[in-house]
Amino acid sequence: MCNSKKEMLKTIRKAISDVPDTEGPDDIEVSRGYLKKGILPQDEIVNLFAARVGEYKATVQRVKQKDLKKVIAESCSRENVENLVIPEEFLKELIPENVSPLYDDSNHPLSHHQLDESDGVITTCAFAVAQTGTIILDAGAGQGRRALTLIPDYHLCLVREEQIVELIPEGFSAVESSVKKEGRPITFISGPSATSDIELSRVEGVHGPRRLEVLIYR
Amino acid sequence: MTAYAVMITLYPPERGGIKIKKLSMMNRSKYDPTFEESANTYLSNTQLRKNIGHATHTIREKRKAVVDEMPDWEALRTAGRQIKTRVMRHLDKYLLQMEASVQKAGGHVHWALNADEANRIIVDLVKQKGVQDVVKVKSITTDEIKLNKALAKEGIQALETDLAELIVQLAEDEPSHILVPAIHKNRAEIRELFREKLDQKELSDRPEDLAEAARTYLRKKFINAKVGISGANFGVAETGTVAVVESEGNGRMCTTLPDTLITVMGIEKIIPNWKDLEVFMQLLPRSSTAERMNPYNSFWTGVTDGDGPQEFHLVLLDNGRSNVLADEIGRQTLHCIRCSACLNVCPVYERTGGHAYHSVYPGPIGAILTPQLKGLDNESAASLPYASTLCGACYEVCPVKINIPDVLVHLRGKIVDHKNNQGGIRQKTDPERVGMKMMARAFGSRQRYERGQKLARTGQKFFVRDGMISKLPGKLSGWTAMRDLKPIPEQTFREWWSERDV
Repeated sequence: MCNSKKEMLKTIRKAISDVPDTEGPDDIEVSRGYLKKGILPQDEIVNLFAARVGEYKATVQRVKQKDLKKVIAESCSRENVENLVIPEEFLKELIPENVSPLYDDSNHPLSHHQLDESDGVITTCAFAVAQTGTIILDAGAGQGRRALTLIPDYHLCLVREEQIVELIPEGFSAVESSVKKEGRPITFISGPSATSDIELSRVEGVHGPRRLEVLIYR
Repeated sequence: MTAYAVMITLYPPERGGIKIKKLSMMNRSKYDPTFEESANTYLSNTQLRKNIGHATHTIREKRKAVVDEMPDWEALRTAGRQIKTRVMRHLDKYLLQMEASVQKAGGHVHWALNADEANRIIVDLVKQKGVQDVVKVKSITTDEIKLNKALAKEGIQALETDLAELIVQLAEDEPSHILVPAIHKNRAEIRELFREKLDQKELSDRPEDLAEAARTYLRKKFINAKVGISGANFGVAETGTVAVVESEGNGRMCTTLPDTLITVMGIEKIIPNWKDLEVFMQLLPRSSTAERMNPYNSFWTGVTDGDGPQEFHLVLLDNGRSNVLADEIGRQTLHCIRCSACLNVCPVYERTGGHAYHSVYPGPIGAILTPQLKGLDNESAASLPYASTLCGACYEVCPVKINIPDVLVHLRGKIVDHKNNQGGIRQKTDPERVGMKMMARAFGSRQRYERGQKLARTGQKFFVRDGMISKLPGKLSGWTAMRDLKPIPEQTFREWWSERDV
């Protein structure tokens, strides 16, 4: 064992020598009296999510599954997206004809430069949280690795209605097993990148995608 | 001229050297002035007061709105406090668990007793990679250990990528707020800085344009970065997951794009379980940026094949934290999740700003954390517990219920004891100490107290004007400089009572 580690553990143990030897961590009570499960019906959860994401100055649309491809094509043409990054295992049927797809897969990953020169990225998500208007990515099918949703300037994210939960604790529970079993990276996205560093005025768009569009479908 | 510069002029090193020898007990380390000394200077800077006053009031209102919409806020605060209490009382076990979890997930763990050790570990890691520059995401912990300076000494440039930290770095300034480090600068000042340092001649002072200028400047650096350095908001012992909470996306850039990631984490940032994130990730954004959720949160567990850095190092830093842990009342200081809500409500901070605290941890939390980290021998740090009116606003907004006023009073007591224990003629003749001793004697016996009262009643006649004492002489004048004093009444209740009986 290295010396610093030994020394640190020794000083820490001395510092907490007032804690009785018989006490275990679980002997300290943690009362979780906060809300853990939502109470809203699913359609209200979806409404709340749409409203909260909208407040972050993201574009939000509610669409039917059968219209998804048409809406994706419209969004890409509105946002002048030609080179669209497509993550591994993204449904090919949804890729519109008016874009040139840039496929990313583990055998042939796109370089940072290619991502930087693209016009946007389309992904699915793992879950979404209505209370805070948050999209949760866990690098699962159709979501891609983390760089994909970071470098392109426009992120188009598909959210299925059943993926939306009401509260933050439900969101953390939902991805718990993908962290514990597979050690997957988790990313929470709540609106486009922003800063309030200059006189506390919120400015959308610094380093991450400056435009976020969310398509909620059923 | 900054207060720092003023003090250096007043106590130049050549004179200070002698001064330090003479007053070895005072240990005026690095000539940092006390809070009282520098507050005077900052208070007279009206632009600064305006910037800070505006910023703190804006964010205070916003925070209140997003906290008030939470029906379970108090339950979350309680849970937050309890989880942190659990961690602190069993920190050794959790650190070992964290180490094992990170290693299992493919990461490396380093232990650093102090700033020098941490810096040496990081410098060595960066040198191994043979790079000349690294990208950094805002981290107060790396400010605390002065990592950038240590890297620069070895010819490695650390580029700050958070907009405010970039502003501070370009201006060769010091951060003045935990959350918005450049809060003391307004847009016109920032535009001038960017025009000069980023070579952007045509630049307006709209925040959008200033942010765009920073984006363009940093983009290339991100894309080509080989090594990234970050702090950590939370480390989950159970899974080895590290969390970084941010707004701009520079945190994601630094923790995702480079091949190697080095994270410096204070040992107090540990939380036991994944489940605990559901508590802190509700408390932090609402208290900090006053948002329901900040734009980006990254949670990574060791290394992931084909996604993000393929080499991950976690540096666990003590640097005085175990001293804080050893004090049973002061221990709760380590619960802090660095939200900065206490700064924004503090009637002292909103007037002096962060620089007056001479620490990377300003405001009420800094007033209790800094003296415990640096030790009471540091006169500048030991002046901080007095930088408070004890109004308690900081305790009310603290998302993990740190009882800051309690710790402040506790530390004031320790400072007085510490001074007394040093002994020596200087301490024995200290007017405050002498005065307090006399008071203690007077309050200790009824006869002495009543005699003292009579004496004061006669003595005060020279100072009473229109029923008030507005000016006391000598050492006592400090008390009446800001307020009038009511004189001792002609007759006390006891005197009146005994006369009535007769």
